[in-house]
Amino acid sequence: MTAGHSRSKRGDFGAALLFLLPNALGFSFFTLFPVAAAVALSLFDWNLFTEPRFVGLANFADLLGFRNTPEGWAPNDPRFWKFTGNTLFLMLGIPVNVAASLGLALLLRRGGRLQVTFRTLYFLPSICTGIGIYVMWQWLLNPDSGALNKILAVVGIAGPGWLKSYEWAKPGLMLMGLWSAAGGTNMVLYLAGLQNVPSELEEAAALDGAGAWGRFRHVVWPCLQPTTFFILTMGLIHGFQGGFDAAYVMTRGGPDGSTTTISYYIFQHAFRWFHMGYAAAIAVVLLGVIFVATALNWRWGSRE
Amino acid sequence: MTGSNRAALGLRDALVVVAMTLLALTTTAPFLWMIATALKSPDQPILDPAHVLPRPVHWDNFGRAWTEAGLGRAFANSLFTSAAITALTLLTSSLAAFAFARLHWRGRDTVFLVYLGTLMVPTAVTLIPLFLVMRELRWINSYQALVLPASFSPYGVFLLRQFFLTIPAEIEEAARLDGCGPLDLYRRIVTPLARPGLATLAIFTFLGSWTSFLWPLIVTHRQELFTLPVALASFQELHSIQWPLLMAGSVLLTLPMIAAFLLGQRHFIHGIQMGSVKG
Repeated sequence: MTAGHSRSKRGDFGAALLFLLPNALGFSFFTLFPVAAAVALSLFDWNLFTEPRFVGLANFADLLGFRNTPEGWAPNDPRFWKFTGNTLFLMLGIPVNVAASLGLALLLRRGGRLQVTFRTLYFLPSICTGIGIYVMWQWLLNPDSGALNKILAVVGIAGPGWLKSYEWAKPGLMLMGLWSAAGGTNMVLYLAGLQNVPSELEEAAALDGAGAWGRFRHVVWPCLQPTTFFILTMGLIHGFQGGFDAAYVMTRGGPDGSTTTISYYIFQHAFRWFHMGYAAAIAVVLLGVIFVATALNWRWGSRE
Repeated sequence: MTGSNRAALGLRDALVVVAMTLLALTTTAPFLWMIATALKSPDQPILDPAHVLPRPVHWDNFGRAWTEAGLGRAFANSLFTSAAITALTLLTSSLAAFAFARLHWRGRDTVFLVYLGTLMVPTAVTLIPLFLVMRELRWINSYQALVLPASFSPYGVFLLRQFFLTIPAEIEEAARLDGCGPLDLYRRIVTPLARPGLATLAIFTFLGSWTSFLWPLIVTHRQELFTLPVALASFQELHSIQWPLLMAGSVLLTLPMIAAFLLGQRHFIHGIQMGSVKG
């Protein structure tokens, strides 16, 4: 008794250290140290083959700065702004995907005994995400022989060039994103959230004469706020850093840079052109953007 | 379900089932098509609606993808690295999560916050320094480079901590009174009770490493070390018109994932919900 009591007072510091050590060592070496190193690296000019040269904030000035030209103010690195625009454009798919996930969850809720079977079928695309799916979609979206345009032709629509066209490449990727994400994690989270909607509230609303839309708008949707908030937060974090794998396999960031995202641009600078310092600077800016967006989202979310 | 008007309800149920079936077709048809194409001969028209089914069935496409395209070796590499990453993650994350969820020590919450904060850090940030470290260690083109950096994810610690926290404190106190030390608690009480959590993390980690692309792409340049996604992407780059072989490779990549998901679906769904609980 006394021994146990005195131990709980002292705490389990020694034991905790031993339990934590294996993970903490790996975590420090493969996560914490690289984060610090990336910040340090962003202050250098280094192409791997010569000695690194300290340049202070010059990388950030080159990346984010504007200069006065005869035609007016121009960005030092116009590509960065273009690719940021691409990233934001692709992120417009997030609310669409979330709405689709919610729709599927609402539909499944009515599914009764079939719910588990259909949940599995809807989940398949998101579980298989990756190169196999990208290769498959590259082919679905082929302008001449792809399935999508063949189907569109049946209903009399001349399909666009999708991944081969500057304007349609991003919508093509977003369509694939919708297909693979709608029935995925977010739908499962909404299904769980829907279980927490008190059925008495819904029934009371129905008795008060609320229709399906009214019940959704005033009972279900408010109850799902925490879920929606979590989903949007994760979506933001992933959205800003997304787009590399699909673009690398399907479009190589093209045509003409129309599907190059920030993460792809970092990859190009670091591993194509060996601008290690500049690539690190873009990564640090990305980290800052994600941090600010998450913080704003938290503030906005906690006020609700 | 209020169930007031049975006839109207019956019609609505039927419409719901029709809608659900149409959507299920949308999500599954591309897979069926992928499998059908993987079994076609290279000269059979791939996209002609009259030739949806492979005739004759070319099972040998899988053999050719396995040997000629070098996907067999890549499959083995992927299996090995994913299994190693999963084993290491389970071991180290469960130990650390135990320290965070079940032991009392000063500074615990601060250290956990550091772990939690790094969940937000994009891969692109750690990517470049990690690559430079691998280069410095001469680990480029090695299994260590494929396995170790992916094996200590803060996410695993976070997820398992959520599971460990749900174990009632009374069980632990009773065990402590019986003279159980922390190691016994971990081995005999907490990990057996949190087996669903461990299964969840195992599936997440395995699937994550199985599809991991950017990191293996960067740290391997020799074909013997390619994982399946990298090998498939490089094959696609070289032979972009060999659809049947490409699709056979895609099937090799996706089928194990579907199998893993179907086997562990219950844990998987539960784990997604646990991961979103703010701790």
